[in-house]
Amino acid sequence: MPQNWRLKLGQPRVMIRAMKTLLIDYGSGNLRSCAKSLEVTGFDLQVSSEPNDAIHADALVLPGQGHFRQVMESFLDSGFEHAVRAHIQAGKPFLGICVGMQILFDSSEESEVPGLGILKGDIKKFPKTELSVPQMQWNTLEAVGESPLMQNLGSKPFAYFVHSYYAPLELGSNGAKTDYGLGFLSVVSHENVQATQFHPEKSQKTGLKMLKNFRTWAEKI
Amino acid sequence: MIFKRIIPCLDVDRGRVTRGVQFQNVRDIGDPVQYAQKYDLDGADELVFYDITASSDGRDLEMNWARNVAETVFMPLTIGGGVRTLEDCRRLHLAGADKISIDSGAVSNPNIIREASDHFGAQCVVLSMQVKRRENGSGWETFVNGGRKATGLDAIRWAVHGQELGAGELVLNSIDGDGTKAGYDVELCAEVKANVDIPIIASGGAGTLEDFYEVLTKGRADAALAASVFHFGTYSVEQVKQYLKARGVSVRLEPSV
Repeated sequence: MPQNWRLKLGQPRVMIRAMKTLLIDYGSGNLRSCAKSLEVTGFDLQVSSEPNDAIHADALVLPGQGHFRQVMESFLDSGFEHAVRAHIQAGKPFLGICVGMQILFDSSEESEVPGLGILKGDIKKFPKTELSVPQMQWNTLEAVGESPLMQNLGSKPFAYFVHSYYAPLELGSNGAKTDYGLGFLSVVSHENVQATQFHPEKSQKTGLKMLKNFRTWAEKI
Repeated sequence: MIFKRIIPCLDVDRGRVTRGVQFQNVRDIGDPVQYAQKYDLDGADELVFYDITASSDGRDLEMNWARNVAETVFMPLTIGGGVRTLEDCRRLHLAGADKISIDSGAVSNPNIIREASDHFGAQCVVLSMQVKRRENGSGWETFVNGGRKATGLDAIRWAVHGQELGAGELVLNSIDGDGTKAGYDVELCAEVKANVDIPIIASGGAGTLEDFYEVLTKGRADAALAASVFHFGTYSVEQVKQYLKARGVSVRLEPSV
């Protein structure tokens, strides 16, 4: 008998209630679109700046935009660090968006303040070429390895990017890659941690489909 | 890959979409949310809104129309119009603007670009410039107040300074071209592009499909913005993109968008 047989039997019960999801509000700008996109894709959403609320959440979403150092400092000031680490350690579903993805890494060339080190690697700056920096455009995603977010998106889905720094592709990366002069990690799927460099809430139907994919996957783990 | 963007632009006066020619003869043409939905389905890459409400009485400080747009379409939104202070930026940002467009306010107080960039990040700050060719042919000059007032500021130098101050993107509104459908100022775009690293958006003058092609290739613009040709149905966004694709310009075209 597999160890998780109870879970399997209990699945219909789990499916009935919506995924209780907390969108972390730590002063990282406008959360209106992000909140709305999670609501329309079926999450039972709470937007909160209160770390204690994270305890009851099935899933956490960490947005973020702007300067790495400022985002990291606001995040640390918000008091959410412990809750986020505990949530991820407990194997619960987690989604990071844009700089909310970048601060999960060890460090960034943009900042002397280190990241959370939940994902291994350093965030790098796009080199100076004839390409405009920041990358501010729609670009295509190509799945690498296994990613629950990259299911049923059709061939070459487009997502909306705004960034000057990127997570380098590593051997064995799971998620998606995107090409902007060089290949970088546009989606990270690492165990229970999912993250996107682009903004799903700004990526029209592809973005909404990826949020649905996150929910479908999160309901199963 | 680079995918050139096509951006419909909407002027909003007291919560309604309007359109004038060379900043005059404004007339009401509809509801911002309906326009946003239409362009969302049509494959627009972003939307730009300018709140041109003249009097503070008429101005909806809560920006309800912008909130409604941001909750209806899930695509990048730039909002501008009368931005002078960090508080103005905050107000637009909270109403749902992903990017804030600063125009005349930056000419009178360049520091607003730096403050906004420090506060919200460069990706959030668009320097919008009203630009006119000098009559003697020696380049371009920056204007303010709906293209009515000359500043003496050289447009290329202002663009470079804008980038230094922390703008993440530039919109180059050619006053000569605005609403005339006589074509974008291709040379202006190419000249600015040669001097900055940040993306530039061409604006003012779109009339034919060829105009889009010219400014995105010879003009090296990252994006082309247009109002009349889209609002009055001369072309759909998808038609423009199909045309560009057929001529070898990479654009985002998705099957069922």
